Amino acid sequence: MIPISHFLTLGAILFGLSIAGIFLNRKNIIIILMSLELMLLAVNMNFIAFSYFLGDTAGQVFVFFILTVAAAEAAIGLAILVVLFRNRGSINVDDLDQLQG
Amino acid sequence: MENLGLAAPEMFLLCAICLILVGDLFVTDERKPLAYGLSQVALLVTLVLTWWISPDDGAVSAFGGSFIMDQMSVVCKSWILIVSIGVFLYSRDFVNAHRITNGEYYTLALSGVLGMMIMVSSATMLTLYLGLELLSLSLYAMVALKRTDAKSSEAAMKYFVLGALASGALLYGISMIYGATGSLHFNVIASSLAEGGQGSTAAVFGLAFLVVGIAFKFGAAPFHMWVPDVYEGAPTSVALYISAAPKIAAFALAIRFLVDGLETAHNSWQGMLIVLSLLSIVIGNLIALAQVSIKRMLAYSTISHVGFILLGILAGSQQGYSAAMFYAITYSFTSLGAFGVILAMDRMGVEVNLLTDLRGLFRRSPVYAVVMMLLLVSMTGVPPTVGFYAKLAVLSAAVKADLVWLAVIAVIFSVVGAFYYLRVIKYMFFDEPVEPLPVVAPIDVQLGLTINGAAIILFGIFPGLIMAACAAAFGL
Repeated sequence: MIPISHFLTLGAILFGLSIAGIFLNRKNIIIILMSLELMLLAVNMNFIAFSYFLGDTAGQVFVFFILTVAAAEAAIGLAILVVLFRNRGSINVDDLDQLQG
Repeated sequence: MENLGLAAPEMFLLCAICLILVGDLFVTDERKPLAYGLSQVALLVTLVLTWWISPDDGAVSAFGGSFIMDQMSVVCKSWILIVSIGVFLYSRDFVNAHRITNGEYYTLALSGVLGMMIMVSSATMLTLYLGLELLSLSLYAMVALKRTDAKSSEAAMKYFVLGALASGALLYGISMIYGATGSLHFNVIASSLAEGGQGSTAAVFGLAFLVVGIAFKFGAAPFHMWVPDVYEGAPTSVALYISAAPKIAAFALAIRFLVDGLETAHNSWQGMLIVLSLLSIVIGNLIALAQVSIKRMLAYSTISHVGFILLGILAGSQQGYSAAMFYAITYSFTSLGAFGVILAMDRMGVEVNLLTDLRGLFRRSPVYAVVMMLLLVSMTGVPPTVGFYAKLAVLSAAVKADLVWLAVIAVIFSVVGAFYYLRVIKYMFFDEPVEPLPVVAPIDVQLGLTINGAAIILFGIFPGLIMAACAAAFGL
């Protein structure tokens, strides 16, 4: 049987990839949105693994809620992206420079 | 399915949101302000319901222990609702003048309020997460409400990406704590960690991610990058909304996770919060000095105030928690008033943005100048305003927790902060006005701002009016 550590490592690698995807990418905002989805899926992997090994269903229920929230989040993210593209004519990360955090 | 009635305020608010959302589609354009009136009524009824069903003492839970109504949630919810009523009142004219769609603004704002109420009342990590997302998703959309403004959509995109990243980190932390303790309920997590199982390393690992998520949602340095951009880019009425009630909700978020769930790991999170609090107070006050835009100045000032709220939480005592709660509540209505004055000065489509726009406000409208002065003096922390007592309570909790050095640094930097607050007062009272026209605002906004200013003095002289409830919330 596959031990829980394998699942957690996979979750951690996916999570790390998604963080890297957000910070390394300088081109396209769509890639950032994909990374954000990947991040939630990495968390789902953790929840499913824990839920199975603990024999507790609460973790799986949590996963359903995360999937729902992820869908809502993607919808809002894409809506903002459309508005941004209409105003700027570009979805390049480097062009987001009117406000200097 | 007993105790369902405990969630009556939330259920009522949800029904009201649906009603306003659908109703707004069917009314003609002249009747659009109807959404405003209905939203205010909905908030008032929710407030009354909250008081009506609040338990006399102790905590009552519902929905299989995922929803809790205790003293803290009653006090936080009441203030969230009261502050939101003020937010709607001050933003009404701005929303109309800037042609922001009425129905969408109020329904999104109300969903945010619902999200905050759920966060405050949550007893499991799932409920807390769902409340937080309901709040955050509404806020992302609200920042982008001015659809033709490039700054507004850029701010929304930045806020969305960083906010979603924070939610992801928070969720990763939640999954680790679930794995370490085997439960989503805060009380089970607390008892499981108190027994000291083999999972405590994983719990501390998860805790680090939780703290990152909480710091992002608070806007504490070094996770503060979104705050100034959002305050500047968002329509002023939305900046007002973000700066006020969500601070109380963020406080509740921190308390539910760190105190209700992980109080046994206090030694681990205290260190992290010390770093966050120190950086927020230092960075917030120093960068605010260099700002020329009043919205950005208020953003950095928010960051420094968040440092003070964290200072109370990290003290780790009941006294510290209640002081932090007092700070969060009083700060949210101080900020409400400050943005309220800026909104009242707004003239048909021209937003007040620069500090110098406030020049000579005293000549133009003495009442607003005096109210703004009281609010700024309270943010500085000068007696007899409420800001003084709030800082005093937080600092004395920190000193009792043997963090004298941290308290000293906090005091030094709030003196540095006095410079930029006093500079605004100088502009208002001693400089010539740029335009001589008086500020005109409807009578109800005037009344609201006057009450807001008077409350700063009233609660400063009698802090016990709020402090008693805060202390009771933590069993003092």
